[in-house]
Amino acid sequence: MANTDYQLIILGGGPAGLTAGLYAARDRLQVLLVEKGVVGGQVLVTDWIDNYPGFPDGVTGNELIEKMAAQAARFDLEIKNANVVKIELSGATKKLTLESGAELTCQALIICTGARPNKLGIPGEDKFTGKGVSYCATCDGPFFRDQEILVVGGGDTAIQEADFLTKFATKVTVVHRRDSLRATRVLQEKAFANQRIEFIWNSNVVSIEGEKEVERIKLRNNDGEEQEISASGIFILIGTIPNNEMLPLEQLGADKHGFIKTDEEMCTKVPGVMVAGDIRSKTVRQIINGAGEGAVAAIAAEHYLSELN
Amino acid sequence: MAGDNVKHLSDAEFEEYVLKAELPSLVDFWAPWCGPCKAIGPVIEELADEYAGKVQITKMNVDDNPTTPGKYSIRAIPTLILFKGGEIVDQVTGAVGKTQLVAMLNKVA
Repeated sequence: MANTDYQLIILGGGPAGLTAGLYAARDRLQVLLVEKGVVGGQVLVTDWIDNYPGFPDGVTGNELIEKMAAQAARFDLEIKNANVVKIELSGATKKLTLESGAELTCQALIICTGARPNKLGIPGEDKFTGKGVSYCATCDGPFFRDQEILVVGGGDTAIQEADFLTKFATKVTVVHRRDSLRATRVLQEKAFANQRIEFIWNSNVVSIEGEKEVERIKLRNNDGEEQEISASGIFILIGTIPNNEMLPLEQLGADKHGFIKTDEEMCTKVPGVMVAGDIRSKTVRQIINGAGEGAVAAIAAEHYLSELN
Repeated sequence: MAGDNVKHLSDAEFEEYVLKAELPSLVDFWAPWCGPCKAIGPVIEELADEYAGKVQITKMNVDDNPTTPGKYSIRAIPTLILFKGGEIVDQVTGAVGKTQLVAMLNKVA
């Protein structure tokens, strides 16, 4: 048996990582969960969750994560706050290098680094982030009380948050590049019935403009016609990109968007390395399957470790 | 006790307690409805204990105190601003981890 700091390291403390941690800690593995920020991941920026079973009245993102963390803590899951900058996977021992320069070693690794909001990549976006440009409706919505704002996107997140934002904003204009929404039906019905929501179809955002804060937003439709809209805020909710900067992508096997490929047991092509949650190459990214994949990955790690020893 | 070293600031106290203070101050602009703000709450309390006497660790509820966040154009929370001698030394938005906040505080501590 190789001499490592831990048997198993879990990278990332969202629903996938916390669930993997729960399973591994209950199985009494020597396990460490490494989280670069605070546990919760993208769930923390979710205002309200109506589709996680066991919560018949719904639950806030914050409460759900607190409960997941508490459950893992009951089985003494050790959590370390650190940023991993490099991962070496050659040989039986996996080595993680932290930003501090310290190293951690393990025999099995579960990668649950998740994803983060995609950006539009247009002029004004970075300049006005936190000054009218937002990727988190539940964090920043109340700053736009009695104002007019834009939401960009047509998926579940965009449409649910557009509805949420009408609690504060007098008018929410949803800008979508297609002529129909991808969001689930219940969310669409609610948004279409909401008097404060308007839609601009077949249009892209070209630029975000203002002095110190967001004041105007320039749009262009698919026929090339431009228009300018006055708004003090723009919520960009257009899907996610993988948190994969520290990962050896070629060795692990990634799809063309940079998400990691696995088999049905969450195993990558590198023995002893599993992947779970939003960082995994897949079509459905929900809290429920993130957690489910965390469980499967932990069990795969247990099997791998028991065959090693 | 955890949290005893965190000073809860009002708009009225801000100038005297932060801008005119001898010690540097970290101000965590937060609100009770903000999930990420709640998530970093325990980290702020730990830092307040560890930096007692070196950096004043404070929190300001942006719902109760609109003036100061307005002055600093804060439209996203949690936003953490580090002040020294009345000036902004550094600022960060989002649920950042303890390691990053320690690196920020060590610039002035």
